[in-house]
Amino acid sequence: MMEGRTDRDPVTGTETTGHDWDGIQELNTPLPRWWLWTFYLTIVWGIGYCIAYPAWPLIDRATAGLLGYSTRAEVEAQIAKVDARNAEVAARLASADLATLERDDPAYHYGVAGGAAVFRAHCSQCHGAGAAGALGYPNLLDDDWLWGGTLDAIAATVRHGIRNDTDDDARWSEMPAYGEFLEVEQIAAATEFVLQLSGQAHDAQLAASGAVVFADECASCHMESGTGDRENGAPDLTDAIWLYGGSRESIIESITNSRFGVMPAWGPRLDEVEIKAVTLYVHQLGGGE
Amino acid sequence: MWDTLKLILLGLTALIAALAANWGHDLAYQVHAVLIMLIAAGLFVWQVGQVGERHPAVDASGYADDVIRAGVIATGFWGIVGFLVGVVIALQLAYPALNFDWGQPYTNFGRLRPLHTSAVIFAFGGNALIMSSFYIVQRTSGTRLWGGNLAWFVFWGYNLFIVLAATGYVLGSTQSKEYAEPEWYVDLWLTIVWVAFLAVYMGTIFNRRERHIYVANWFLLSFIITVAMLHVVNNISIPVSIWGSKSVQVFAGVQDAMVQWWYGHNAVGFFLTAGFLGMMYYFVPKQANRPIYSYKLSIIHFWALIFLYIWAGPHHLHYTALPDWASTLGMVFSVILWMPSWGGMINGLMTLQGAWDKLRTDPIIRMMVISLAFYGMSTFEGPMMSIRAVNSLSHYTDWTIGHVHSGALGWNGLITFAVLYFLTPRLWGRKEMHSMPAINWHFWLATIGIVLYAASMWVTGILEGLMWREVDSQGFLVNSFADTVEAKYPMYVVRALGGVLYLAGAGIMAWNMWMTIRGGARAAAPVGVPAE
Repeated sequence: MMEGRTDRDPVTGTETTGHDWDGIQELNTPLPRWWLWTFYLTIVWGIGYCIAYPAWPLIDRATAGLLGYSTRAEVEAQIAKVDARNAEVAARLASADLATLERDDPAYHYGVAGGAAVFRAHCSQCHGAGAAGALGYPNLLDDDWLWGGTLDAIAATVRHGIRNDTDDDARWSEMPAYGEFLEVEQIAAATEFVLQLSGQAHDAQLAASGAVVFADECASCHMESGTGDRENGAPDLTDAIWLYGGSRESIIESITNSRFGVMPAWGPRLDEVEIKAVTLYVHQLGGGE
Repeated sequence: MWDTLKLILLGLTALIAALAANWGHDLAYQVHAVLIMLIAAGLFVWQVGQVGERHPAVDASGYADDVIRAGVIATGFWGIVGFLVGVVIALQLAYPALNFDWGQPYTNFGRLRPLHTSAVIFAFGGNALIMSSFYIVQRTSGTRLWGGNLAWFVFWGYNLFIVLAATGYVLGSTQSKEYAEPEWYVDLWLTIVWVAFLAVYMGTIFNRRERHIYVANWFLLSFIITVAMLHVVNNISIPVSIWGSKSVQVFAGVQDAMVQWWYGHNAVGFFLTAGFLGMMYYFVPKQANRPIYSYKLSIIHFWALIFLYIWAGPHHLHYTALPDWASTLGMVFSVILWMPSWGGMINGLMTLQGAWDKLRTDPIIRMMVISLAFYGMSTFEGPMMSIRAVNSLSHYTDWTIGHVHSGALGWNGLITFAVLYFLTPRLWGRKEMHSMPAINWHFWLATIGIVLYAASMWVTGILEGLMWREVDSQGFLVNSFADTVEAKYPMYVVRALGGVLYLAGAGIMAWNMWMTIRGGARAAAPVGVPAE
């Protein structure tokens, strides 16, 4: 400790403060000018910014700032601007009958673009960003519809949803879990028959007895031909499209435990124009009827 | 008398912990109770064995370095753990299948992520701060640590806190506040440990033989005091039951968010900035063997930094329910903070004037310089990102993650590695580290790792920010969220690769420390030591 003795650093020629801790000394270098002036500059800027923008809390409110800026007003203005620009075409879509809306009508294009945005925000989580679906979530690109692929049917599905307990008009059906009252052999036989229906490799002998089980238990919803029934959301079992998989194991599991796919009702969350838009979008993806 | 008191305390603790283990409502609480019961009972038995024994006199003449040696090892150990978990969760983000079914729910991303952040910040960074502050305060005060074995209580108590926090996350105990996830009883324990830490530190400063308090100690003291305040206020909560880990916050809604980010940002400001600046102010001049560049700058930037930092929290809540005025103040104070932050970088880098040649020969100096460079870069990037308009693009994106990591890996990580390389040979009486080339390898692996990490996160951050806000001519969103996730995938792989490099460097360091401590210092001519 060399208190009070200031020294010069031999390397830089700068005076030291005379302090010494465990061999560490300090140079008495003045503040770098660029540093100091940049610091001052940010302070001046900060004061100016606080005058221009809402900044200082008072008793019951805060200073509003000379520019009268607010983040809420800013986003409202931006939305209002877009709404104003789209007002005409949006009104046209709102009053349009989708079934007769011409494909070259601006409202049609507006609806498809807007519907695509609604789809990305609300539907893509289950049906996929490209609407191709996933195991348990229907593919919306094909023409195989569980509950119907007309504009009206799609709109109803969007508005009320499927098998949810929030909307009384939700589409509803419930396949029994046959594991509870069929023998394992019966389920295996029915499975072979379903494989036969869909043109897959199967055990012909088992399928023959499975046909009896099918006629007794399944045909009331899936129809004798196995082509399904849209009134009940009963899938067509004769094609190659399977919501829960078409392998022997998947079919056995579906029959044994049943399936219960749920879709929320979007009526409370989307406005009428949005429902129309997303209906148009889904309808034109490829399978619309 | 004191021994009896200790026995009573330990016995009571074991008893209450046994009751808690029996009556506990949830798994994390029960596991913690059993852990505490075992520790208390073990100490009780040990203490009973000590009764009546004659204790050999402890040599209290020199510096208390045993606890620092333990801290050096703990820092290295937790560093490896924290980086490893970081690599795992980076890979989980790139390959979600790594959230293995057999590990659910314990090893999913949601539980491992706080494990990673707490392991690197509090376990690695915290042990580094505690052990280096004990080292610094003794040397710059010219006196032994105050409080005898209290320093050991701080070390073991803090590491018990870490074990409780880490096991709690994995077992599902969290209060869901970022960087403040541990539940109420773990918070209470940390408060006790932290007060003991403050007592040891202040006691040593009061006993100092130097007239002035060295600048490193200003920073370290501000770190200890402010973290105490932040911790207590942000964790005010009411336990649902004394026999369970769940608690309810007293703050609600936007007030809760504001308190949380006042805490969160100042955890960065006082834990990762002020505390580590304290380390820098001692170890950089020691390693470079040069005086600190500017005493005046250290005073001005210290007071400016601690005055300004505490206000900057609201910039984490731009465009939320937080009122605009609070958001403005957070932003303004953050921007004004730019130069005070850079004061530390200038003082560190310019301390090397007259010693720049050591950059060529001394990999420890090189680590310190790159560390200060990353410090400067992230303390410029931070104020920039706090500007509302920039934040509207950067917020919620990976840019924030990249920013945090260029600070954490670059500044905190590299300066800590340099300190470990400085301390290990000195504390174990070795001439130097076992292998200088290994330090060089560590330096390059870490630096390239950080560059890969930061660059990939800039790319994905700006990419996803732009994709989220992209609208067509009619104002409709162009991308779904899944589109942005898909677009980020290649950069997530690059980020994980950066993490692997960084972890590999730390692995080399652990080996090098182990060999140094074992005493296998090479007889061959040292590589890369400057000619004196």
